[in-house]
Amino acid sequence: MLLGKVVGTVVCCVLYEGLEGVPMLLVQPVDKHQQPMGHLIVCADGTRMAGPDELIYYEASREAALALDPWFVPVDHAVIGIVDQLVADDSGLAGEGGP
Amino acid sequence: MILGVVTGSITSTINHRFYDGRKLLIVDKTNPQFRPTGRYVICIDAVDAGIGQRVLVLDEGNGARQITADPSGPVRSVIVGIIDQVTVASELG
Repeated sequence: MLLGKVVGTVVCCVLYEGLEGVPMLLVQPVDKHQQPMGHLIVCADGTRMAGPDELIYYEASREAALALDPWFVPVDHAVIGIVDQLVADDSGLAGEGGP
Repeated sequence: MILGVVTGSITSTINHRFYDGRKLLIVDKTNPQFRPTGRYVICIDAVDAGIGQRVLVLDEGNGARQITADPSGPVRSVIVGIIDQVTVASELG
């Protein structure tokens, strides 16, 4: 899973069967310091509770669809949860002069 | 599987029910010398790893669901080992 910042919503008038009523969110993937990383993606919202400006984590690939009900749907990114607290500690990483 | 270093953790109350009670760790992907590549992945933990430890991460769904014994879990990345040593053949001399 990766972190993302919700930056908007997507509303579709026609959706493939099984995806009716599933919120679609516009998400900017971010690194662990919450800096933008790569292009925007659209995530189905498995929590149904995420909204703009929230920090979320999402699953990509086939496993994303398993977060939804029904799960046999054509989805490749899905919001799994909303972040309450994020701890990022780089001190354990080997630096340039590391081992 | 990939090499990494645990560098953080995530807590959340609103999440998919599969993740209730599961520890989420941020793992920085690294090269065999454990220097960061700049990429990371959020994993669940099967081996009680902690921040600062060098770990082996399984990043594939079928194996992840086998470990968690839940065929419908939306999970792909699991920490499956804590690394003691990595030897690269070209460094053996």
